[in-house]
Amino acid sequence: MSSTEVNQIEELANKEYKYGFVSEIDADSLPKGLNEDIIRQLSSKKNEPEFMLEWRLKAYRHWLNMQEPNWANVHYQPIDYQEISYYSAPKKKPQLNSLNEVDPQLLETYEKLGISLDEQKRLSGVAVDAVFDSVSVATTFKEKLSELGIIFCSMSEAIKNHPELIKKYLGSVVPYTDNYFASLNSAVFSDGSFAYIPKGVRCPMELSTYFRINAANTGQFERTLIVADEGSYVSYLEGCTAPMRDENQLHAAVVELVALDNAQIKYSTVQNWYPGDKNGKGGIYNFVTKRGACRGVNSKISWTQVETGSAITWKYPSCILQGDNSIGEFYSVAMTNNYQQADTGTKMIHIGKNTRSTIISKGISAGKSNNSYRGLVKVGRNAENARNFSQCDSLLIGDKCGAHTFPYLEINNSSAQVEHEATTSKIGEDQIFYLNQRGISTEDAIGMIVNGYCKEVFKELPMEFAVEAQKLLSVSLEGSVG
Amino acid sequence: MSQILDLKNWYLSNFKSFEHSLNGESNHPIHALRKQAIERFSELNFPTTHDEDWKYTNISSLLKYNFKPSVGRYKLKREQITSLLFGDMKCSLLVFINGHYSEALSDVKNFSKGIIAGSIEAELKNNSEILYKHFGKYADYKEQIFTALSTAFTKDGAFVYVPDGKIVEDPIHILFVSSSENENIISQPRNLFIAGKNSQVSIIEHYAALNEDVYFTNSVTEIYTDENAVVDYMKLQEESKKAFHVSRIEVSQERNSNFTSHSISMGSEISRNDINAKFNNDGGESTLNGLYILAGDQLFDTHTLIDHAKPNCNSHEHYKGILTDKSRGVFNGKVIVRPDAQKTNAFQENNNIILSDGALVNTKPQLEIFADDVKCSHGATIGRLDEDALFYLKSRGIGEEKSKIILLHAFASDIVKTIKVEAVKKYLEAILENRFQHE
Repeated sequence: MSSTEVNQIEELANKEYKYGFVSEIDADSLPKGLNEDIIRQLSSKKNEPEFMLEWRLKAYRHWLNMQEPNWANVHYQPIDYQEISYYSAPKKKPQLNSLNEVDPQLLETYEKLGISLDEQKRLSGVAVDAVFDSVSVATTFKEKLSELGIIFCSMSEAIKNHPELIKKYLGSVVPYTDNYFASLNSAVFSDGSFAYIPKGVRCPMELSTYFRINAANTGQFERTLIVADEGSYVSYLEGCTAPMRDENQLHAAVVELVALDNAQIKYSTVQNWYPGDKNGKGGIYNFVTKRGACRGVNSKISWTQVETGSAITWKYPSCILQGDNSIGEFYSVAMTNNYQQADTGTKMIHIGKNTRSTIISKGISAGKSNNSYRGLVKVGRNAENARNFSQCDSLLIGDKCGAHTFPYLEINNSSAQVEHEATTSKIGEDQIFYLNQRGISTEDAIGMIVNGYCKEVFKELPMEFAVEAQKLLSVSLEGSVG
Repeated sequence: MSQILDLKNWYLSNFKSFEHSLNGESNHPIHALRKQAIERFSELNFPTTHDEDWKYTNISSLLKYNFKPSVGRYKLKREQITSLLFGDMKCSLLVFINGHYSEALSDVKNFSKGIIAGSIEAELKNNSEILYKHFGKYADYKEQIFTALSTAFTKDGAFVYVPDGKIVEDPIHILFVSSSENENIISQPRNLFIAGKNSQVSIIEHYAALNEDVYFTNSVTEIYTDENAVVDYMKLQEESKKAFHVSRIEVSQERNSNFTSHSISMGSEISRNDINAKFNNDGGESTLNGLYILAGDQLFDTHTLIDHAKPNCNSHEHYKGILTDKSRGVFNGKVIVRPDAQKTNAFQENNNIILSDGALVNTKPQLEIFADDVKCSHGATIGRLDEDALFYLKSRGIGEEKSKIILLHAFASDIVKTIKVEAVKKYLEAILENRFQHE
């Protein structure tokens, strides 16, 4: 590599996180710490019905007896769960009918992020349930959706207005006993999104929530639940950016999807939380439990994720293929740079007959980062003719990073057909040379090659997101060329 | 739990009597190692399915038995083992009965000067310098309880030494026969193969039983390949269907050395194989191939680790399995490419055919890569026989049974055809033929 390239790389490597800012909004927070009282206070602040409090307390009591897991290929300082404040809401409580009533500073924050609600409303036709910290403050297009009988609101509203649905589905895919972080989330989740698509309805627009983590020391515990009733279809987008921080912030979200007979859910994520600075200081801990259950026959759940942010990403969006002929898909791009660590992948549990799953995972590691794919394909005894195809590729940029694959295949049925393949390589020098000699700089060339490498996944994203994802990838790649 | 504690005490008390039986040998330098190993054994626990490395392999049925060390020397007649030999292949034959060297049955060729093939016990008596240089250096007993047990009871096993520049023309066939006559015995062969610079040797480690007895083989094999050495190694496991087999193979490779291994497993109720190859220097090449054919309640677990510690090394790994009845196969292949091990090529593949509904496969191919200029890939497949291929054969007038046999042969031949020793290939083909007929 020439010295000019090296200079260029160094210069790029020093670029700062573009979305690092803190908007100063008075937050109504609970004191730090975690005990039953805090959970009671949290629940009463949110005016929750009794059953919800009971559920939270059960989860908390269960959590107390659990051990923090340590099997993932990630390393971090121990988390002090008593040092976290479990609730923070923007002070001016919502109940707003229009954007004019929203705190102007809040709106400004969205402007900086490039997600103007007005613009979204007018141009993109995307209904945005904007989550600022933990309480949703504005919901758009609600009326239009409610005409079709679609419920799309914050989790707190859903608990108040649709307790029967919450009782039926909350925790039905990820029970509060599931794992350490899911239990913690069940005990203290502050808010999140809820969507219910009634029978036979095709949701006319992409539902979307922009998450933002704000206010120092506030762990974000989102809870998302999407239920697609028989024959319905919904596409859900989740995207996020977070401000610059020195301390590590814990994010332990839970996402549950339920697809009944012939229903389809498409869940797309672009995650660009603060990854820490170039020395690995700060950054978000992203320990998320995401799971979808294909309950009904011919149902389909598809996960697409582009993970570029967070100091540590630790998540496995999974599909439980219970209904006969159900389909699970997982498309992922995970990019790590500097000292980022990612341990991500999926689980495909084949239970029903003729179930099919596809896994495409693309990992890119640069700098001193570590990127792991960990996946499970399990075919149960009765899953006749189950079919799985997995492909996980890793791309290494630089010689200080690591790429790891840990696929688990557990096959209990002789009619199953399971294929797994993985490759690890670096960007071809001949490819870069070719682009160079066409007058394309090394930096741009790598951007192009990486984007091409991820194309299989990007093409699964809804159009609005695909653009953002490509931009994000290029930003994350800046400074990694070498 | 207490049962397992008893079992540990059982082996510990056996060690005491073993020490007595060594009589006078306790001043031997190896004995210090034995003592350290039994010390470590007492600290370690038998693995359970909660240990990641034993996640799919439940050894509780192995831990039910109090296996006795085989002290008495069983005698066998030559006719009893002829069926286990590879026809009239020209080779040097080392025979071990229940882990003890049988000079009467062995037939060692007149080697050119310096080449040694014999028992490790004899070598220990001779205080061989070359043995001390390598013995116990590659198979670390500190983390693995079975290796600790083997190290503690170090007594006999095969020893092969090929000095620099020598070539051993005929293969060395090492036959471990178990014949326990209704006694539950444990045999713990401890093997060491050393190939000097520019040397060449072909070794066949062969485990077989005369009867369908319950016994336990816990073997450790260490292989050292010096610069430019070419070692063709094969492990053929045909233990009794009721036996337990735990083996560990550690390969340490120097610059430009070439190591090939074939691991063929057909016997044992539970068998666990760890095969680890490490490149200590540039330019090494390692091929690990394997074939497992399982039926009944058999469980076969293989763990491989290829450690690319240095640049410019190549590794190829291909394991294939055919499973029927309620058998279980476990494959865990790990490739580590250390930082700076640039220009590494590592390929790994695991294919499985499941022939019946009760059979089960757990496969976990793993890559851990810390260098960027590498080409690494792995693949794993699990499925039935190809429907299209079956249909094609049937459409040509070949019966269903025959078609299946043809396809299974084709599947297995990927591994079998890469075996270099012709006589072994024939021996194996005959066995496969026989097995597929009955599937």
